[in-house]
Amino acid sequence: MRSLNALPVHELNQLLQNGECSSVDIVSDVISAIERVDDRIGAYLDYDGEHALKEARASDERRSNGCQLPLLGIPVGLKDVLNVRGMACGCASRILEGYTSPYDAYVVTRLREAGAVILGRLNMDEFAMGSTNENSAYKPTRNPWNQDYVPGGSSGGSAAAVSACEAVAALGSDTGGSIRQPASFCGCVGLKPTYGRVSRRGLTAFASSLDQVGPVVRDVRDAALLLEVIAGHDRFDSTSLNIPLSSYRDTLTGDISGMKLGIPKEYFIDGMDPDVKKTVQDAIDKCAELGAELVDVELPHTEYAVAVYYIIATAEASANLARFDGVRYGARVDGRDPLDMYGKTRAGYLGDEVKRRIILGTYVLSSGYYDEYYIRAQKARTLIRNDFENAFGTCDALIAPVTPTTSFRFGEKGDDPLQMYLGDIFTVPVNLAGICGISVPCGMSGSGLPIGLQIIGPAFKEERILRAAHAYEQATDWHNQKPEIARTAGMS
Amino acid sequence: MKYKVSIGLETHVQLKTRSKIWCGCPNRFGQPANTDICPVCLGYPGALPSLNREAVRLTVVTGLMLGSTINRRSKFDRKSYFYPDMPKNYQISQYDEPFCTGGHLNINVNGGSKRVEITRIHLEEDVGKSIHFEQSSGVDFNRAGTPLMEIVSEPELESPDEAFAYLTALKQVLLYGDISEGNLEEGNIRCDINCSLRPMDSDVLGSKIEIKNMNTFRGVHRSLVYEIKRQIGILDNGGVIQQETRRWDDDSGLTSIMRTKEHAHDYRYFPEPDLMPIVLTSEEIDAMRSAIPELPADRRNRFAVEYGLPEYDAGILTSDRDLADFYEAAAKISGNYKAVSNWIMTDMLHYLSEEGIGIDKIKITPEALAELVDLVVQNTINMPAAKKIFRILLESGGKPTAIMEDKGLAQISDSDSIDVFVEEALSSHPSSVADYRSGKKAALQFLVGQVMRLSKGKANPRAAMESLKRRLDSGDPGN
Ligand SMILES: [Zn+2]
Repeated sequence: MRSLNALPVHELNQLLQNGECSSVDIVSDVISAIERVDDRIGAYLDYDGEHALKEARASDERRSNGCQLPLLGIPVGLKDVLNVRGMACGCASRILEGYTSPYDAYVVTRLREAGAVILGRLNMDEFAMGSTNENSAYKPTRNPWNQDYVPGGSSGGSAAAVSACEAVAALGSDTGGSIRQPASFCGCVGLKPTYGRVSRRGLTAFASSLDQVGPVVRDVRDAALLLEVIAGHDRFDSTSLNIPLSSYRDTLTGDISGMKLGIPKEYFIDGMDPDVKKTVQDAIDKCAELGAELVDVELPHTEYAVAVYYIIATAEASANLARFDGVRYGARVDGRDPLDMYGKTRAGYLGDEVKRRIILGTYVLSSGYYDEYYIRAQKARTLIRNDFENAFGTCDALIAPVTPTTSFRFGEKGDDPLQMYLGDIFTVPVNLAGICGISVPCGMSGSGLPIGLQIIGPAFKEERILRAAHAYEQATDWHNQKPEIARTAGMS
Repeated sequence: MKYKVSIGLETHVQLKTRSKIWCGCPNRFGQPANTDICPVCLGYPGALPSLNREAVRLTVVTGLMLGSTINRRSKFDRKSYFYPDMPKNYQISQYDEPFCTGGHLNINVNGGSKRVEITRIHLEEDVGKSIHFEQSSGVDFNRAGTPLMEIVSEPELESPDEAFAYLTALKQVLLYGDISEGNLEEGNIRCDINCSLRPMDSDVLGSKIEIKNMNTFRGVHRSLVYEIKRQIGILDNGGVIQQETRRWDDDSGLTSIMRTKEHAHDYRYFPEPDLMPIVLTSEEIDAMRSAIPELPADRRNRFAVEYGLPEYDAGILTSDRDLADFYEAAAKISGNYKAVSNWIMTDMLHYLSEEGIGIDKIKITPEALAELVDLVVQNTINMPAAKKIFRILLESGGKPTAIMEDKGLAQISDSDSIDVFVEEALSSHPSSVADYRSGKKAALQFLVGQVMRLSKGKANPRAAMESLKRRLDSGDPGN
């Protein structure tokens, strides 16, 4: 039998139901995997094995009493941006040292209601700002497929943990690709739901109009399962919309015949990694083979997306992160007066990338620049949104790469943030348009690194992209590939 | 030189809602520091605002009372600046799409009336309160997140008296609409002043001086008197007024500079992404409109016409909504509008100011006052007895007739009973009788007093006087 920590959640549910394993077995396997490999991966910032085992025992007890819940006894790792009552929530930043959250994020409440065991806090780029996890204030997370390579970010800890079999499922957050890109780099499935589909309450905000919580998991069925648990209307998040949920798992028919998949030509650019281009092309062909109808579409404003994203996201971040001032919680460096204290606290405890973005965001909102940057960016955002609306007039979903390249070596992108930002070009438009996207493994590069396929759907049509991704996934074997280190983690 | 003064007021009003604007914490005053708080009003990571619709309603109702245009679509914006009492270091406010635009307020000043234009009314959140100790400072966040409505006037007020009258009239409207507790001591109403001077013959507004955080109307008046004098002094000496923000020190009676134009904040407003724009339907606005009470000025006019009261009395009676409600209820039951007004204007208001309490604290009901008026009209009691009963009603409530019977205060009007006292008075004071008959008519008053004394105040004074006169003039008994 394969070790439990390497299985998808829906298979574990089956085993649990058949009495072939217990929650304690699952949690024990996951904990021993963490103990064996996490010093080399760095996916976890913190986990409480003892507490998780206690919760697992309680779950087994409940199950024996006839309780049936979608995630009963399933351990779930959480990106360090989510508030859990009584736990730290550090956003991988030193400025939140000492902060203990007094409340559960909405998605955490939903996980608990579904019976999940909260396992630990997963590493990330500080305040979700980055694409490599190099911006964690504590430690970098390494790509399980090759530890000289980055896992992607900012939900790098979530993706690496699932990939290295140190977690069976995790939640991440996606502001400009932070779920899909690391999922692609690490060979897992990552879903960014439509803006408003999942409540943001308790998700520490990076960019409020773009952030969305989503699952990082082993396969598409697990993505559907977790989305069913965390999605829904929250009347205390006014950006969460009251739109009926689908039973996402029921839509996974494996049948995509007649589905119209749009291929945006702007997503196949010069300078793309040839491996990525070829692999994604193969995946598109596979979909055609499965009966999908391919159509060429245009998203003409794609070239502005990265600039627009870095204006809007940093503007919102500059205000969202203003609260980290040393007054009420977290780190504080005393000063002569409040202003001095803010300066010293923020200078000393925020990382360079975070400071860079706060400065950029402050700049674009300043009087004299606001119209030129922020207002223009908002107008361009509307154009980008319209691009997608037009495209969805002729197709059901879009099929494209997640990133122009596979993972890269630590430090490879050097000190040029602009180069780094351009890597987000295929993911940020989805956030700007507020629609949904999923990353699903579709191949390996020549150097043995995973490549992801992105399927993008209209707002609140998660069932559509899940169905397409699932059909593709089931017709291939990429999602079953495991990195070498997963064997060390206890995979037989 | 003579100058024209232009004063505008930005009045911040704490709204009377049960909970705060973004969270479920109670909106109240006087709790121990940092007890009415939660992750939302403390600006904790991940906390989101959730709009209190009652705060929106109160803002719109205020706009309707002031004749504003209610905007069908409004939105919130973030106003960024760092201050320890600001949990998020941005305040959620409204920048360019407030709930209400335009409107006006009629004020009474120096016997005349003036219409002051309102620029806009918007909704925002209040901040916490910094507390300074000997060696350190602290912040009490109980107040953070209290719904705060800002009413901005056009710079049309031309004197400290007008500014004072504006605030007084505004407070009256707010109390009438049940918008705010209106308690200045608790900081329910605070304002920022802007004031500029220009030569009489100039059309261009002078440089604006702002005075921040005023929390008494008297302070507004005093600071303006000072500030206008200060600016005239500078201008008369050929100086130039620089745009700046000043603070008022109530103890010294001076304003001093807080920051100059160069150091003005750049608030970096941008639309609040955590809150969706608010769209009000005409049905919603109509429902709010139907709930607005009659305004003080309208009610004053109506009282004068409908109840035939002098302007002055109508003004006093409508100065407070509860008082006006009390009057109107009693007047309607009694039908004797003037008598009811007299009781309230004299005895009741005197009692209230003596005790330093509001009308909500007294025990008398409008029904009881009407009944009391009736007892007097019917000659069942005389005035001194009525005043005694009124006092008891104020302090402990009850029914006038019951009190009258209980205390034996019914007036004696039947002539047989009166005559007994009259005869006794005449026979006991022969010299007064002689005085009266020799032309000293004042003696009659003395004799009436004696009748009252003998009857323990219960005799009907008019009946007593008539009986006395009849006997004295006819030269009948006692002589
Ligand atoms: Zn609160």
